[in-house]
Amino acid sequence: MALLDVIDLKTHFKTGDGIVKAVDGVSFSVDAGQTLGIVGESGSGKSVTCLTIMGLNAKRNTATSGQALFKGEDLLKMRGDRLRRIRGNDMAMIFQDPMTSLNPVHSIGKQLAEAVQLHNDATKKQAAARALELLKQVGIPRAESRIYDYPHQFSGGMRQRVMIAMALINNPDLLIADEPTTALDVTMQAQILELIAKMQREYGSAVIMITHDLGVVAEIADDVIVMYAAEVAEQAPVDRIFNNPQHPYTWGLMGSLPRLNADVERLVQIEGQPPSLLHPPRGCRFNPRCAYAMPVCREEDPPLATVPGEESHFQACHLDQETKDHVSAELLGSFAGEATA
Amino acid sequence: MTAVAAEQRSELDLHGDELLVVEGLEKHFPVTKGIMFRKQVGAVKAVDGVTFAVNEGETIGVVGESGCGKSTMARCLVRLLNPTAGRVTFRGSDITNLSRAAMRPYRREMMMIFQDPYASLNSRKRVGFIVGEALQVNKMGTPTEIKKRVQELLEIVGLNPEHYNRFPHEFSGGQRQRIGIARALAINPKLIVCDEPVSALDVSVQAQILNLLKDLQKEFNLTYIFIAHDLNVVRHISDRVFVMYLGQMMESGARHDLYDTPKHPYTGSLLSAVPIPDPQLGRSRARIVLEGDVPSPLNPPTGCRFHTRCPRFHEGHCDVETPELASRDGMAESHAVRCHYPLERWPLSEAEMRGHFASAPVPAPAE
Repeated sequence: MALLDVIDLKTHFKTGDGIVKAVDGVSFSVDAGQTLGIVGESGSGKSVTCLTIMGLNAKRNTATSGQALFKGEDLLKMRGDRLRRIRGNDMAMIFQDPMTSLNPVHSIGKQLAEAVQLHNDATKKQAAARALELLKQVGIPRAESRIYDYPHQFSGGMRQRVMIAMALINNPDLLIADEPTTALDVTMQAQILELIAKMQREYGSAVIMITHDLGVVAEIADDVIVMYAAEVAEQAPVDRIFNNPQHPYTWGLMGSLPRLNADVERLVQIEGQPPSLLHPPRGCRFNPRCAYAMPVCREEDPPLATVPGEESHFQACHLDQETKDHVSAELLGSFAGEATA
Repeated sequence: MTAVAAEQRSELDLHGDELLVVEGLEKHFPVTKGIMFRKQVGAVKAVDGVTFAVNEGETIGVVGESGCGKSTMARCLVRLLNPTAGRVTFRGSDITNLSRAAMRPYRREMMMIFQDPYASLNSRKRVGFIVGEALQVNKMGTPTEIKKRVQELLEIVGLNPEHYNRFPHEFSGGQRQRIGIARALAINPKLIVCDEPVSALDVSVQAQILNLLKDLQKEFNLTYIFIAHDLNVVRHISDRVFVMYLGQMMESGARHDLYDTPKHPYTGSLLSAVPIPDPQLGRSRARIVLEGDVPSPLNPPTGCRFHTRCPRFHEGHCDVETPELASRDGMAESHAVRCHYPLERWPLSEAEMRGHFASAPVPAPAE
């Protein structure tokens, strides 16, 4: 049994203008010790998916359906007190902006110790010792004195380390990281990604990494989900996604990335904007921006189906297999062919 | 200061028709103490002696971590900030100390595109006014002519000319950045300084804007100074690239020289830290992870500014003697590095990067 099994998850928000279907039928599973990368543009529903799993959406005007089975228990139907016991203990989350997720008026030592005491039978002293241990592990220099410092006294990268320490303090089985490196420079990003991978090796946690950066996904994920307009467009092991992408949106994402190892005069661009989730397009949600759209795409929403011969590779597109393989090979060839200029 | 400037001028090897020449540019922000009697207790050396020349029609990319002074430098170039020292020459005339009035004709020639498309457009003005304001201020046509020109500009940047009467909030992030570009293009500038123009955008929209900037450059023979922290983006768009660290230029060179054979350990570590969207390639390469943060520009390290984080730090040399930005043996003439122990080749493994070398260290040029 997988650690986390998400089945047909839907999150709909009621707004003054109508119902926004922020997540519309998303299914995936994460095994212990595994890393799942979720990529997509802003508004594709990747963050809402994880907030829903964590039970962090506001209850008002929100309709949730489907299942999120964590160790066999459905998180969506769980009572508040039970969920609070699990959250921060068995599963934890790291957010994009560490400044707004830390309390500015308490020292970081106190905030870390609080997380220990909430979930364990620990004395203040034990909790403080554990906090110090974690700060050292995430590589905060002079942790003994910095434990008394406040969040504003840390730089962005150091604050993100504190967040990671807080998330990991109770050895969670599942860690959800929502764009943890987006606000950081490349050098700091490399430090943080390495730290998450090291912590994962040490504690054997599963990680769900939400990001818009395909490079980050390629570096750390085992499995990848590409989301577009509240739905899963493609899902596969990381090597499959990058070596044989099957969905026109994934092609677009890959082609639109400038690369260090390839010279292209013009980037492939996906025309237009992501659709409004108030009134998503009929048929396949990507059809208005898709260069390969056929009449059927405007009528029928393609189901998420396996790629023939590849049980772990799912995609939602009407194009026939031959065309897909052809375009995919051509796209990858364009990266490799011009690599040495 | 004049002596330094003169010395740096000789370094530049000018041919006379550069669009923009920057010599020994410095911008220090004073740090004061006390309320009534403010006295200066220090200075943030945001830009500390930057020298370069820009030719017409080329794209210069500037990369560096946050706080390295790249945005401050950009603002000094277009005189949104007044430099503390140094000289900026635009088309042969010194614009460093011009008064506001005397500066005005030059402002038509240089425009800026900003990072945040939400903050850089006045939310109470219509798009037509925002794009046409520069035309109005410079009295470049009657209201009807201006309207026609604005609609033309909107079309050039890929927006619907009928959106002339809309407000910025009616547009998405990518569309707003297009409005910012239309505004910058309005008075046919020669030079456009782009300060992180695509950092706030999603990848698919980022590609649209990068393609647009390239098309416009071809069409109008524009010169760009393109500032970004994303090395992939800078590589894609630039002809030459400058790497900045703590207010100084650490390495400069033609795009391929700098990306294929980086010489500065800082450039090398930046390149090795960029995530590559290719799992096999990503796993096979060595990665040099820099420790710690960028030091404070209030009190920059002595000697080479990078020595506190450098994998090749040689005690007694790097922390004492400041290296010069210069081309070394075996490097292209236009490729310069500010390092006592430049990288021999690329890629290097982490051990090779850190290892001490039996061969004699490259002698630093005499001061």
